[in-house]
Amino acid sequence: MSFSYLSAIVFLPLVGAILVALFGGGREKLVKYLSAVFTAVPLVIAVIAFLNFDRSAGASIYQFEEKAVWIPALNANYHLGVDGLSLPLVALTAFLGLMVVLISWKIHTRVREYFAWLLLLEASILGVFASLDLLLFFIFWEIEIIPMYFLISVWGSGRKEYSSIKYVIFTLAGSALMLAGILSVYFTTGSLDIVDLADKQLAMVQSIMPASLIFFLLITGFAVKLPVAPLHTWLPDAHTDAPTAGSVMLAGALIKMGGYGIIRVVSFFPQVARDYAPLMLTLAVISVLYGAAVTLRQTDLKRLIAYSSVSHMGLVLLGAFALTEVSLTGAALQMVSHGLLTGLLFAMAGFTIHNVEERRLDKLGGLARQMPVAAVVFSIASLGSLGLPLTSGFAAEFITLAGSFSSQVVNGAPVFTLLAAIGVVLAAGYILWLIQRTLYGPVKEQYNEVKDADTLERVYMFTFVALIVLVGIYPAVLTDIIKLGIAPIAGLFG
Amino acid sequence: MNLALFGPELTLTATALAVILLDLFIERKGLLALLSIAGLIVSAGFTVALWGTSEGAFFDTFAVDSFALFFKLLFLGIAALVILASTDYVSKFERFRGEYYALILLSALGMILMSATRELISIYISLELTGISLYVLSGFLKDAKSTESSLKYLLLGAMSSAVLLYGMALVFGVTGETQLDKIAFAVYSITLGTASANPALILGVVLLIVGFGFKIAAFPSHMWVPDVYEGAPTPVVAYLSVGSKAAGFAVILRVFSTAFALPDWLSSSWGVIFAVLAAIGMFVGNLSALPQTNIKRMLGYSSIAQAGYLMVGLAALGAAPFAGVLGQSGVLFFLAGYALANLGAFAAIIAISNKVNSDLIDDYSGMIKRAPVLTLALSLSLISLIGMPPAAGFIGKFYIFSGAVHSGLLWLVILAVINSVISAYYYLRVVKVMWFNEPASDEKVPSSGALRLALLISSLGVLLLGIAPGPVLELARNAANMLGF
Repeated sequence: MSFSYLSAIVFLPLVGAILVALFGGGREKLVKYLSAVFTAVPLVIAVIAFLNFDRSAGASIYQFEEKAVWIPALNANYHLGVDGLSLPLVALTAFLGLMVVLISWKIHTRVREYFAWLLLLEASILGVFASLDLLLFFIFWEIEIIPMYFLISVWGSGRKEYSSIKYVIFTLAGSALMLAGILSVYFTTGSLDIVDLADKQLAMVQSIMPASLIFFLLITGFAVKLPVAPLHTWLPDAHTDAPTAGSVMLAGALIKMGGYGIIRVVSFFPQVARDYAPLMLTLAVISVLYGAAVTLRQTDLKRLIAYSSVSHMGLVLLGAFALTEVSLTGAALQMVSHGLLTGLLFAMAGFTIHNVEERRLDKLGGLARQMPVAAVVFSIASLGSLGLPLTSGFAAEFITLAGSFSSQVVNGAPVFTLLAAIGVVLAAGYILWLIQRTLYGPVKEQYNEVKDADTLERVYMFTFVALIVLVGIYPAVLTDIIKLGIAPIAGLFG
Repeated sequence: MNLALFGPELTLTATALAVILLDLFIERKGLLALLSIAGLIVSAGFTVALWGTSEGAFFDTFAVDSFALFFKLLFLGIAALVILASTDYVSKFERFRGEYYALILLSALGMILMSATRELISIYISLELTGISLYVLSGFLKDAKSTESSLKYLLLGAMSSAVLLYGMALVFGVTGETQLDKIAFAVYSITLGTASANPALILGVVLLIVGFGFKIAAFPSHMWVPDVYEGAPTPVVAYLSVGSKAAGFAVILRVFSTAFALPDWLSSSWGVIFAVLAAIGMFVGNLSALPQTNIKRMLGYSSIAQAGYLMVGLAALGAAPFAGVLGQSGVLFFLAGYALANLGAFAAIIAISNKVNSDLIDDYSGMIKRAPVLTLALSLSLISLIGMPPAAGFIGKFYIFSGAVHSGLLWLVILAVINSVISAYYYLRVVKVMWFNEPASDEKVPSSGALRLALLISSLGVLLLGIAPGPVLELARNAANMLGF
């Protein structure tokens, strides 16, 4: 039997979590090294899988498949597998999983629990991206809530209890509707298998309920996660009050589950997606513009980055519902790119808040003098987020907007795209304002003692930057593989 | 007639009598607990040995089929777990320990009979056997609250029994039969027109629902729940919250899918009744649980809501009685998962309240530092009650809701999932208090080996049913297949 890549990737962090929980009592160093090992190995395996993914013409869409009967009574299988859409997200999550362990190296309160939850969180997100069975997918989707709840409410800051329960209630509400949707899918098609559903081998029997109803049940669940305005209000609270690693995971990997789900749903219901594309594009434009406008008004470092995510994720929704190959590829690339950029931005914000002990923008300033290395990295992340050429942000936004603008599938796509493009202009405003208020301007004496990044911090900062620039200069490293997953979906729309 | 068919019941009766007798001579009452558990295990052994048979006993009033056997194993397991979990608690009624175990066994006998009867009169008798034992057990603490709960339970129980009997009498009056399958034949030819002209049958069915509703703690017969849960001894609450509810559902499933599955107008009418009661019950239970400060009272309201989720399965059955066994087997699986989760929760509560002498949620603050194992088990149980993976509660809900969607009840499923979200708020509040608040003292919470064993069994069970539900689902399917014609 060949090596089970995906099971290894998904379950190693889980094993790590269990080991940490069992043997980590009072041994802080051991916990941290265990966590590093149990996130590094899945990352290595994910990279190997990424390199070995068969890109030749005629290769099967889903690869590294593993299938075993799980609950025969429900026709549910333990079915893992990745295509060009999910593999980059798996790799991204594995990457962020290791990074957040490094980012958390300075955690000293309840260390054992903290790392156990962090590893469990990583395992569940990886499970979401690797599952090809809807029930399995949903189980991983729900498991993720519990570690995030604990991470925010124990190690968070500010109104952490309020934010964590708000996060749970929003997510549960969304996933409750999603569950109803999954059940409906199951009973109209008799299958829980994502491959079958996307292939249309099982004719959609629409005797029980209209397909559009199922579509919206599913989409609502994903839209809460993405988030789409007006369902986004949990996001600023959760991101702002979460510990740094929690924010990085949330912004970097977790909300991508929403975008990933939306693209999958589009592939299940091409006709409904086409019918309702104008509505979804309207929501996308609202998210982009509203998110950007609100971001401009923020005075808290982390809250500002959080709101910018709303705006950037709006672009994912735009690309997804422009329904062309280029726009969908752009949306997928935007997810990975945003994962890297915002992951790094939150890491830098956490770093700054930790070292400076100040998070209000009006109190910060001139830090480039006191922490030059960190300031350069922070600037690169910010400019990438703004869409500067040579960073992944530019590649992703350009492909998304170009693909959406030229969409022949949806009427009026150019108008929606042009409106959304205003969001990019607004992004320039808040990003430049952000780095100007924190890093530049007059040097403040009270921050003279602030330390710059130490070796470990430089390691993760430079790794992020290297990847961001790599994707920016040569986006084909991702788009080559994403296209393989997107092409069959785009094919549904001619 | 073959007496071996009655092995489990006979063993249980003999054990109960032996416990009462030995209580007179034995000083070390712990032995009685051991004896009771031994009796339960032997009885379970007989049950397993009978697996696969499908016969009737005593003029066909008692069925020995996989449906009854499924429930027998469930009740025996519940009783054993309750006895294990009681070991830390029974010192509070030192003088009556023998009676305590005997009554637990006798009510277990009643529940077992409830799952096996297919005749109205024996249903009533086994229901009363269960009920009367539980009324007595509720008053065991002999303080004001316990006595009040016992009296309330008794009075409302008696009233609901009267309602039930009245319903049975009406059904008997219309059909002239007490055997469920013969009632089915008699009902089969009744059209909606004749039934409307002479509403005795419909009235009878409605009264049956109300009467059985008392046992399962369902709206509108739920008034007794919060007070009894708060006042009765905690192990007894654990017992009646899962045992009595499961037995009630066993009877309802058998009665409604055997006697009233046809004609269509009849099944769809009681299906609608259950659907409406489920919807109201979920909201009443969950919304009332939100402001509770006493954990037992909160779990009381939560059990009303859980009965609501279970009734979604009954509604699915009524809407499409022959569309497959998804609804019924979902109810069976859900009951097994619910029993494990609730017993786990109550076992942890027994240990914690013993130490802090309070059932207030605020007094659970910082429990993770004082009793990490108990806290972990209680958190897992609560997560299962919310219905989140990877716990048993999720698969149970998934299964029941599948059945409902299959029967075209998407609206009810949407209400049910919304209710799950509401319930997350109050269940997680307990988790929050235990994990995040500062402990009131640093003293560890002690727990006996037996109680920890009960916790271990229930927690592992919850996880096992959540992660690898296949075998139990298969059992539930087989059991549900036995129903109907």
